[in-house]
Amino acid sequence: MELFSLGIRSVFIDNMVFAYFLGMCSFLAVSKKVSTAIGLGAAVIFVLTVTVPVNWLLNEYVLKEGALSWAMADLASVDLSFLRFIMFIAIIAAMVQLVEMVVEKFAPALYGALGIFLPLIAVNCAILGGSLFMAQRDYTLAESAVYGFGSGTGFCLAIVALAAIREKLKYSDVPNGLKGLGITMLLTGLMGMAFMSFMGIDL
Amino acid sequence: MSAETIEKAIEKKPAEAFLSKRRKKLVTDPLVDENPITIQVLGICSALAVTTQLKPTLVMAISVIFVVAMSNFVISLMRNTIPARVRIIVQLAVVATLVTLVSEVLKAFAYDMYKELSVFVGLIITNCIVMGRLEAFALGNKPYDSVLDGLGSALGYSWIILTVAFFRELWGSGSVFGLPVFDTVSGLFGPDFKLATNGLMVSPVGAFIILGLIIWVQRTKTGYVEH
Repeated sequence: MELFSLGIRSVFIDNMVFAYFLGMCSFLAVSKKVSTAIGLGAAVIFVLTVTVPVNWLLNEYVLKEGALSWAMADLASVDLSFLRFIMFIAIIAAMVQLVEMVVEKFAPALYGALGIFLPLIAVNCAILGGSLFMAQRDYTLAESAVYGFGSGTGFCLAIVALAAIREKLKYSDVPNGLKGLGITMLLTGLMGMAFMSFMGIDL
Repeated sequence: MSAETIEKAIEKKPAEAFLSKRRKKLVTDPLVDENPITIQVLGICSALAVTTQLKPTLVMAISVIFVVAMSNFVISLMRNTIPARVRIIVQLAVVATLVTLVSEVLKAFAYDMYKELSVFVGLIITNCIVMGRLEAFALGNKPYDSVLDGLGSALGYSWIILTVAFFRELWGSGSVFGLPVFDTVSGLFGPDFKLATNGLMVSPVGAFIILGLIIWVQRTKTGYVEH
């Protein structure tokens, strides 16, 4: 039950985009068509669900203070948490590469659909942000898997919704200076307001 | 042409001034016409979350300026030795090292600020401005020019997020840099007068809307239209 409510919370209330501004670059750049938005959203769900638990294992058994005590008793006082950024980003880049190869081998259709988005995900802040939040909030392994999946779903939901609105936006008469990025920011603000209504829900 | 004449031609070429016109342009272009946030749509990711108050925004801006300029410098020094295939990993390693440096310095000398910025210092690594400048400029230009280019982009980014933070703090918390402006002003008009703050400005929604409006104003002035 705890896990379920964490999942719901990370989709709606702690939404990556509307509550923490993570993944804004791809959120703005890839939200022009619904079909590509779905592709990127699916890739983000997938990569977050894989990398957050993997980074949890890394954090728990290598990086945390005293985490290395399973290897040698002398290492119990070693604190490698300052290596967190560089290790997390290395794991993410490696996992993305691995995922890319697996998808290419076993699901060529999906690989074709995701195209350039898979490699680009390595530098998406939503992915690194997911791992950093996981480390900061001291999740357990199960929690971090649920959190990864939930926040990925939240991102996917947000980008698909924005893409749907922007497809309709083509037919409206937007002032020149506001075209493109400007109106998209205002739209995101309005969507964020809608998402704020979830905040009162106590799970 | 023999080797000697080429050598002479190189010798005769006067050294470029320390701050020549071209170099000044490297710094000033990204401030308005090529602004990374409002025109190129880069680096919005980790920036907006810290803009509820001016102080953390200033720290964030300084950190980004340092990271962009230094990573441009380092990558530019190594540009001829990095194999093209692994350049992303090399860039990430350099950037992650610099960001770790910033975060450790903050932890040591400004622990409250470190707590407040939390994960957003780490997220400078994935700030698109950093990677964008490395890819687009530092890989093909000399170190000094690269530093200037990095400074320009980071300053363009800084003034935008500082402007967003100024309005969000003023309207959301009624203060500027922690000084209670609204309370002071309403004090001038007697005890019954009170300026209200807008809670929406503190929430993420305020950031999106303020940034949208800044983009509108700026693009109307420069005449830039996106199609």
